[in-house]
Amino acid sequence: MTVHHHLDDASIMRYASGDFDEAFAIVVASHIAMCDDCRAAVRAAEAMGGAVMEAADSSPLEADAFDRLSRMLDMEPEEPLLTPGPTAGKVPLPLSRLIGGDLDQVPWRTIVPGMQRHRIDIASSTSSLYMLKIAPGRKMPEHGHGGTEMTLILEGSYSDVFGQFAAGDIADLDEHVEHQPFVDSDIDCICLVATERPTRFKGMVSRILQPLIGI
Amino acid sequence: MPIENPDPTADQDYLKALMMEVATSRDKTSFEILFDRFGPRIKGMMEKSGASSDLAEDLVQDVMLTVWRKAALYRPDKGAVSTWIYTVARNARIDRLRRLPAQPYIDVETVMVASEDESPEAEAIGSQQGDLVRSALEKLPSEQRQVVEMAFAEYKPHSEIARDLDLPIGTVKSRLRLAYRKLREELEDLG
Ligand SMILES: [Zn+2]
Ligand SMILES: [Zn+2]
Repeated sequence: MTVHHHLDDASIMRYASGDFDEAFAIVVASHIAMCDDCRAAVRAAEAMGGAVMEAADSSPLEADAFDRLSRMLDMEPEEPLLTPGPTAGKVPLPLSRLIGGDLDQVPWRTIVPGMQRHRIDIASSTSSLYMLKIAPGRKMPEHGHGGTEMTLILEGSYSDVFGQFAAGDIADLDEHVEHQPFVDSDIDCICLVATERPTRFKGMVSRILQPLIGI
Repeated sequence: MPIENPDPTADQDYLKALMMEVATSRDKTSFEILFDRFGPRIKGMMEKSGASSDLAEDLVQDVMLTVWRKAALYRPDKGAVSTWIYTVARNARIDRLRRLPAQPYIDVETVMVASEDESPEAEAIGSQQGDLVRSALEKLPSEQRQVVEMAFAEYKPHSEIARDLDLPIGTVKSRLRLAYRKLREELEDLG
């Protein structure tokens, strides 16, 4: 898969240091599953974490710490480790755990004609995570962002001021950005989106649309 | 059989050899050396991130138990032992302190293991890193190093780093970006 739009370096660092809530972690993890470059980038940032750990100040452990652990190891059943195969199909592994492996099986709900949504409930996350399925030729209302927004394209493509985004691409946008994506593929554009705070739509019609779309 | 560490400059290889002993022979002596090396540092990081001494001690047990269980997933050609243990510790902390399932992070571990094709650059990073990353870290300007340490050793959210240092979040982000790019440059120079 050739990916043209990647994670911002600050997001790579944020992911490596464990600072994303679950909604964003799932989008980032899904992109990483599809993108060799960002996988390597995360690995490099994690190496930084490893180096920081090697240099970290020690805090002495309790005297029996290893003995306690050792007793647990003795009770450990030796089970073979299960490792999943490489991601198959269009749904990356971190997402397929939540929705299954088939985009056609997603319980889409129509919000407005040509635009369907599936909300993925994550109790522990302050951000929202949802999937959008948008028909060819459809324009999203022009909008800015109340916070970070990450969109991973799973199928089809859209274009906005930042270029064209196709399967595997991620739009990693901060709060200062405004854009108006429009679907330029001849199939539906399906994407996975995490947003930090409600997205602000510009204009009267859009303000009416916003509670409908709920993003 | 315990492995000796004959040469301090070969420390990274020594740690890898210990991990392999744990993975293939379930060797407790090698595991104890790793425990003594990393356990107190993990505890130190957890305490700095706000965990009580008891919780930090528990987290060390969690982390090292996972290291034992998943030792076979460690790939010496893909990175330093410290990198791998760092990711296990990060995930354990997310799991316990934030009460979030660490699932998406764990997925990436397994995705990484499962992915066959790595870019040549990633391979280079894997085989070269360790001492190199540490020296790159030492070369960072202090203001960059500070945010890196707050992010990685104290597990501070970027928003909290900004608050603590009384900086706009954009400045924290750009310092982290600069530090990260510096690291990539150093790694590429060698590759
Ligand atoms: Zn990427
Ligand atoms: Zn947007």
